[in-house]
Amino acid sequence: MTDEERAPETEEPASATPPDTKPEPRPGIVPRFARYLVTANNVMVTVYALVLSMVVGGILIILTNEEVRKTFTYFFAKPTDALSASWDTVASAYTGLFRASIVDPEDISKWLSGNESLTDVLYPLSETLTYAAPLILAGLAVGLAFRAGLFNIGAEGQVMVGAVAAGIVGFQVHAPFLLHIVLVLAAGMIAGGIYGAIPGILKARTGAHEVITSIMLNYVAINFLSWILNLGWVKDPKQPEQSYAVDGNARMWTIMGSDNRANIGIIVAVAAALGVWWLLSRSTAGYRMRAVGLNPEASRTAGMSVPKTFMMTMATAGVLAGLAGALAVAGSGAPYALSRDVSANMGFDGITVALLGRAKPGGIIAAGFLFGALRAGSSQMQDLVPIEMVIVLQAVIVIFIAAPALVKALLRLREPAGGLSISEAKGW
Amino acid sequence: MEPGEIHALLGENGAGKSTLMNMLYGMLSPDSGEIVIDDVAHKFTSPGDALAAGLGMVHQHFMLVPVLSVADNVILGRETTSALGFLNHNAARKAVREISERYGLDVDPDAIIEDLPVGVQQRVEILKALLSDCDLLILDEPTAVLTPQEIDELLDIMRGLRDDGKSIVFISHKLKEVKAIADRITVVRLGKVVGQAAPDASENELASMMVGRDVRLTVDKEPAQPGEPALEIEDLTVVDERGAHAVDGLSLTVNSGEIVGVAGVQGNGQTELAEAIMSLTPTLGGTIRVGGSDTSHDTTSHVIESGVGYIPEDRSVDGLVREFTVAENLILNRYNRAPYASHGMLDAYRIARSARENIATFDVRTPSENTPAGSLSGGNQQKVIVAREFSRPLKLLIAAQPTRGVDVGAMEFIHSRIVSERDNGAGVLLISSELDEVLSLSDRVAVIHDGKIIAEVSPDTPRDAIGRLMAGVRPDDETNEEVAGD
Repeated sequence: MTDEERAPETEEPASATPPDTKPEPRPGIVPRFARYLVTANNVMVTVYALVLSMVVGGILIILTNEEVRKTFTYFFAKPTDALSASWDTVASAYTGLFRASIVDPEDISKWLSGNESLTDVLYPLSETLTYAAPLILAGLAVGLAFRAGLFNIGAEGQVMVGAVAAGIVGFQVHAPFLLHIVLVLAAGMIAGGIYGAIPGILKARTGAHEVITSIMLNYVAINFLSWILNLGWVKDPKQPEQSYAVDGNARMWTIMGSDNRANIGIIVAVAAALGVWWLLSRSTAGYRMRAVGLNPEASRTAGMSVPKTFMMTMATAGVLAGLAGALAVAGSGAPYALSRDVSANMGFDGITVALLGRAKPGGIIAAGFLFGALRAGSSQMQDLVPIEMVIVLQAVIVIFIAAPALVKALLRLREPAGGLSISEAKGW
Repeated sequence: MEPGEIHALLGENGAGKSTLMNMLYGMLSPDSGEIVIDDVAHKFTSPGDALAAGLGMVHQHFMLVPVLSVADNVILGRETTSALGFLNHNAARKAVREISERYGLDVDPDAIIEDLPVGVQQRVEILKALLSDCDLLILDEPTAVLTPQEIDELLDIMRGLRDDGKSIVFISHKLKEVKAIADRITVVRLGKVVGQAAPDASENELASMMVGRDVRLTVDKEPAQPGEPALEIEDLTVVDERGAHAVDGLSLTVNSGEIVGVAGVQGNGQTELAEAIMSLTPTLGGTIRVGGSDTSHDTTSHVIESGVGYIPEDRSVDGLVREFTVAENLILNRYNRAPYASHGMLDAYRIARSARENIATFDVRTPSENTPAGSLSGGNQQKVIVAREFSRPLKLLIAAQPTRGVDVGAMEFIHSRIVSERDNGAGVLLISSELDEVLSLSDRVAVIHDGKIIAEVSPDTPRDAIGRLMAGVRPDDETNEEVAGD
C-alpha cells in the first residue's frame, strides 16, 4: 500500500466519533414536511386510510340512496342532476354525522337566543362520549395484548363476564354512594381479569394458542350470560330477558346534565389509557411485555419469564375489558341492567379500535372517539347513514390500516425509511 | 471488474460492502452514481433487472424452502410443466446434475434442503444463480457459516467457476480467505474505496487498510493467575429437542482469573452446554456450581444475578431486541434492578446516562442511544451485547462465538475486553468454532466431542493434534497431550 492511499484516513479521528451522522445540510422545514405528507409512514397511512374510507363511504351512500340512483338513470341526458344529487346526499350525510355526534350549530344559535337548554346542545357530544368510553377500554384490552405479542380475541367474553359481575354487585349489594361505584368497577375488573388470565395461563402452562382458547371462552361467556339471566335472583320479573337494574348509587355520575348519558366512564377510560401508557413506557412490567412481544427468545435469555409475562398481560387485558363491561351496565344509561346484548359487540370492536390506534394508548383514545362518534351519529341519522353503513366504514378503515401497501399504491406514496409496518401483533 | 476474475471486497462491518452489493443486485437504489456492465449503464430497480443483466447473488442468509428438494428449490420461480400441468421434475433434476458435475458442486437433486448441512445448502444457492445464466456472481460473506473443510471446498468451487470465465465478487472480512482466493482485493471503509491490493499483500497491511490503524492479530496477555473455581460442572447431561444426549456426562472446571476455551466442531454440544449453564434448557443430570453454589435448578434470572455474563451465539435471536433502542438493549437483563429501576419504575434518566457512557466506553458506533439496535451493523450490535454484559461485575463469563460475523477492529476490542475481565478475576468459558480464536485467547483448551470433554490441553498444542481430538480421535499417549489445571 502506498502513502497516498493511507493519507486520507490518518486525518480522521481513530474512533469513538460516530461516523454515520449526516454531514449533508438538512432541507428546510417546508420541503421536509411536504415529503412527510407523501410518505407512507404510520401517521400518514392512518390519515389517508380515514380519507379513503370516507370516499368509499360516499360511494356507498350514493349507491344505496334510491333518489340518487334515479337521477343516474338519465345521467347522459342531464348529468348535472345526478352529480348534484350525489354531492348533496353525501355532503348532508357527513355533515349530519358531524351534527349528530359533536355539535349542531343550529342548537347553538337556539341556545344563544334562549330557546333551548344547554343539555340539548351537549346531547350529541354526550352520546359520542358514552359510546367511546367502553370502546376505548376494549381497545386497550386488545392493544395491550398486541404489545406483548398476544392476540386477545377474547375481549368480548371478558367484557361480558365483567358486566355480569358488575351488574350483580350493582343490584344485589347495597352500599353507600361513592363506595358502590367503586365496588361495581372493581367487580368488573376482577372478573374480567380472572377470565382474561385463563387463556394466559393455558398458553404459559400448555402452549395452547390464546386465539383458539379465547374464542372458545367467548362462547362460554355468552352462554353463561344467558343462563344467569334466567336465575330468579337475577332476572327482573317485570322485564323480558333483562336483569334487575343496578342501584342508583351504583350508576356512573353523569357529567353533562342528568338528562344526558355522558358520565364519568369517559374519565375512567382516559385514565385507564394513561395508566396503560405509563405501564408500557415507564414501568419494568411494561418493558418486559414489550421485550417479550418483540423477541421472546432474547427476553428469555436475559432472564425474563416469558410464560409469566403472558399470564400477566392477559390478566391485565382482562381487567381493562372487565372495566368496559362494568361501564356497559352502569354507565350506558337506561335500563342500567344486564341483557344478552349488554356487550354490544364491544370486545370485537375493540380489535378494530386497537388496530386503528396502532396499539398505542393515545391512538386508541383517538380511535375510540372516532368510532364512538360514528355510532352516535348513525343512531341519530338512521335514514341518511344507517348503522350498517357505519360498521362497513369501520371495517374499510381497518382494511386500509392493515394493508398500508394498498394505501401507498392507491395514492402513489413514498416508501418510508424503515419500510412499511404491517401489523401490530406478532406470532399468529 | 474483469471477466473471469475473483474480486474480493474487504471491509469492516458497517463499511458499506453489503449496501454496495444490494444496490448492484437492485434491492436498494443508489442516491447518485451509476452501475456499468459491459459498457452499458444500468439502473436496477428490482432483483429481476439485475438477474436479466446476468448478475447472481448468494446472500448471507439463504433463500431456500427447507421442506422442498434441491431440484424443486432450484426451479422455484421458473417451473416448467408437462402437458397435463404437472411439474417437470426430471428436467430440473437433469439440469441440477449437469451443472453440479460441471463445477464439482456435488449436490444430490433429490435431497431435502433441511437435511443438508449448511455448506451444501450454500452450493444449492450457487446452483440457483448458475442456472439463471449469470456471468457475475456475488457471494456475500459466504464463509461466515461454514466449517473449515467446507470453506476449502467452497474456495475450490470458486476457482472452478473462475476458470470457466465467470466473474465473482467475494465479500468477506476474513483476511486469510481473501488472500487465498482473490485475484484482486478492494478495501472498503466508511462507504469509500480506500485502496486496492494484490493478494500477496500481508495480512497486517490489509487489516490496517480496513480499520485505518494497525491491528494486532494476536492477543497480548499476561499469564493467567487462576484462583478459586468459578464454574464447576460435574457429569452434566442435557437432552436436545430430538431426545439425543447433546451433552453427555460432561465435567469441566473454570477457575476465576483464567480463560478456558472449548474447541470442537459445531454441533457437539457446545450450544446446549452454554444454555444449561444459563438455566435456559433443563438438565437431565449432573450439577453446575457457580462460585461454589449449586445453580442447576436456579432460574436464568438468578444465574445472571449471581454474576454470570452471557454472550449468546446467535445475537439477533437471543442477544438483542432489534426494535428496542440501544439504551433499552443495554439494560435487557437488568431492567428491573437498581440503578435502572426502583419500585417497578424505570429510571429513564439513569438509563440514558449509563447508555451514553457505555456507548463511549465500548466504542459502539451509533447515531445516538435512541437508535434501534437492529439498524446497527453486526459488529456494533455485538458491542452492545458486550457492553451490557461487561458493564457489571462478573464472576463468570460465558462467551459463545463472541466475534462471529464481527470485523477485525471489533474483534480485537472484544478480545482485549475478555482478557481484562479475566485479569479482574472473572472466570471465562469461551466457546468458539474459530480454532484461532480459542488458541490465541485461552489459557487452557478443553476439546469437546459428542457431548463430552475428551481432553484438556495447553493452547500451545499443535493445531493438527487438536484437530484430531476435535474429530474424536483420543490420543494414545495421554500424558503428553493432557495438561491438568495449569
